Amino acid sequence: MTCKSGNGDCGCNGADFIELAPVLEKYAKTPGSLITILQKTQDIYGYLSMDAINFISENTGIKPAKIYGVATFYTQFRLKPIGKNLIMLCKGTACHVNGANMIEEAVSEELSIKDGETTEDGLFTLNNVACLGCCSLAPVMMVKNAEGDETFGNLTKESVKEALREIKRKEGAVK
Amino acid sequence: MKVLVGQGSCGIATGAKKTANEFEQQIRALGLKNVTVDKTGCVGLCFLEPIVDVYNDAGLLEARYVKIQPSKVSDIVNKHLIGGEPVRDFTISEEDQGFIQKQEKIVLRNCGLINPEHIEEYIAVGGYEATRKVLTSMSQDEVIEQIKESGLRGRGGAGFPTWFKWNAAKQNEADIKYMVCNADEGDPGAFMDRSVLEGDPHAVIEGMIIGGFAIGAAEGIIYVRAEYPLAIARLEIAMAQAREKNFLGTNIMGTGFHFDIRIKAGAGAFVCGEETALIASLEGERGMPRLKPPFPAQKGFWQKPTNINNVETFANVPFIITNGGAAFAAFGTEKSKGTKVFALAGKIKKGGLVEVPMGLPLKEVIFGIGGGIKNDKAFKAVQMGGPSGGCIPAALIDTPVDYENITKTGAIVGSGGMIVMDETTCMVDMARYFLDFTRKESCGKCNYCRIGTKRMLEILERITRGEGKDGDIELLEELAEKVKDGSMCGLGQTAPNPVLTTIRYFRNEYEDHIYRKKCTAHSCTALLTFTITNACIGCTLCAKKCPVAAISGKIKEKHVIDQEKCIKCGKCEEVCKFNAILRD
Repeated sequence: MTCKSGNGDCGCNGADFIELAPVLEKYAKTPGSLITILQKTQDIYGYLSMDAINFISENTGIKPAKIYGVATFYTQFRLKPIGKNLIMLCKGTACHVNGANMIEEAVSEELSIKDGETTEDGLFTLNNVACLGCCSLAPVMMVKNAEGDETFGNLTKESVKEALREIKRKEGAVK
Repeated sequence: MKVLVGQGSCGIATGAKKTANEFEQQIRALGLKNVTVDKTGCVGLCFLEPIVDVYNDAGLLEARYVKIQPSKVSDIVNKHLIGGEPVRDFTISEEDQGFIQKQEKIVLRNCGLINPEHIEEYIAVGGYEATRKVLTSMSQDEVIEQIKESGLRGRGGAGFPTWFKWNAAKQNEADIKYMVCNADEGDPGAFMDRSVLEGDPHAVIEGMIIGGFAIGAAEGIIYVRAEYPLAIARLEIAMAQAREKNFLGTNIMGTGFHFDIRIKAGAGAFVCGEETALIASLEGERGMPRLKPPFPAQKGFWQKPTNINNVETFANVPFIITNGGAAFAAFGTEKSKGTKVFALAGKIKKGGLVEVPMGLPLKEVIFGIGGGIKNDKAFKAVQMGGPSGGCIPAALIDTPVDYENITKTGAIVGSGGMIVMDETTCMVDMARYFLDFTRKESCGKCNYCRIGTKRMLEILERITRGEGKDGDIELLEELAEKVKDGSMCGLGQTAPNPVLTTIRYFRNEYEDHIYRKKCTAHSCTALLTFTITNACIGCTLCAKKCPVAAISGKIKEKHVIDQEKCIKCGKCEEVCKFNAILRD
């Protein structure tokens, strides 16, 4: 499925969002489905590009400004691509009390990125999150990648670095 | 025999899946025919995960093993599963048993006992009997009457009587009504709802069916946080199985009642815990609250009467229907009935999920069940109610945990987060932490909430940086009142609570920061000074590791930190093997 206008008049540059076809088929005409559509889009492409937003607009009749408004309201949505491994660093109360800031420092030291940034090699993105709900294992982080997600608990500056190095080693072996 | 491995999110995070795999492999390799490996939800003993329970063929618990990493599996397989003798070295200690024994479980009655992915196990412990009772022998009013008699109040935080909401939704005539479950557990430091959804999803589904019947709804929606993938997965499985058994769908159990549930994954916005914001989010909009009335019971989802309850509220319902409202009301205090689940975390020895009767003193929960403070430090305060709550100081540790008494302290029972703090936690920093959270999560609709929380945060940041000025405390108090009064929804109305309670109970800490430029908890970096004591043997390690070369000294002689150069990163303290760095 290509863009209806086919020539990029709608601003989507005629990009081919073929993977979105079944999603839009199922939800485009159901009122109140915008968040679901955006979640599925992000699942497929990893983030919401402006092209994708325009494409969804074209197919649902919802104005791009409104879609952008919803996408920027919720913390789950990203407007930029992310690295292969998404580090979700918990900043919940229990983690804060148990030194989440120190863990964030350690991640920054190891990967030279700050909250919201992606490493140059595209391997890691760091995102601080409000709470992962594993409070009794604080401080905690979850690493999400194509294979699923893994949670690391009772972190120390050393153990978090070691966990990240382990992922680096695995990635190195795959290359 | 059955080997049951606890696999809630906490369990999995500590490696429970690897442990379960190890059991499966070894059992298969040895060809043990009479042993099965199964999973269950969280039993609440998060500090002992991964937990492995071994049941004999009669269904009796033979041993509860704790902290079972894959390396310990072969001992259990050989000595217990084959040899028949439990490995006492790995079983739960007498003392830790007390963690469970002092609790009273209604909501968590099945968590850690049944496999949440098998509906048969839920049915075997009396599951869906309440649904059958309601659909075959009770009227809508009779159901509401039982809930009224139970005294059940909303477990999401506000503590509003559940029967009243159900009754209002029932009385509003409409062709379509909705029953919504709020599983957008947003308070940082709270994980009760996650554990219930992961450990006993059918109890929540059953509560929704009963509630749906009571108000006359045919459609249920569970609004779950996207951060809880395991809870969503287990709910999906549970719903599919319930449909297969005709507990959900059309003509349930042949009674002519139709009810089905769907899941809506939230996209991450704390404000969506507010009813009207949640409804806006369900409709695919930005989750911004609107003025009430009309209340959701009058005009909710798509302008239809809608009832919204929290996960834990629903999980109580089957118990109430099966055992009668009076049985539930037998627990708790005069105005706060039943039990409440708390997520005990922070600087606590035994962190986890606890369910206690309302009215139990805080001291019993923190010291009796939780075992006291980590590393035996001094207990300073407990934070309840998350960003909407407050810090209760050590002096008030005898306060009974119920809606009325906790509210008197300036905190709230809230959804159940209980974060314990010790002498190393700075209370000004805690206030700053929560304000930072509410400032980010404010939807921006009300000026006082949007701008007021930001201004308050700026002041708190200044104070923790050591730039506090005379008058800051008074300014914070004034702003706090304005933000409370000028905000439309609960987020803004309660956002100043963490600041107000910390000023109320820990004003001296604010004053220390502002006037003496000291953080007595030694937590605010900018206010610290690092010095080297006589314990220094001159190993030169700190001097080598200091990122700004602020440490000098000859080998085998006491070193000195140049306070002008020091950036207070704490690296020297981290690397010193002789405890010679003094943080003050």
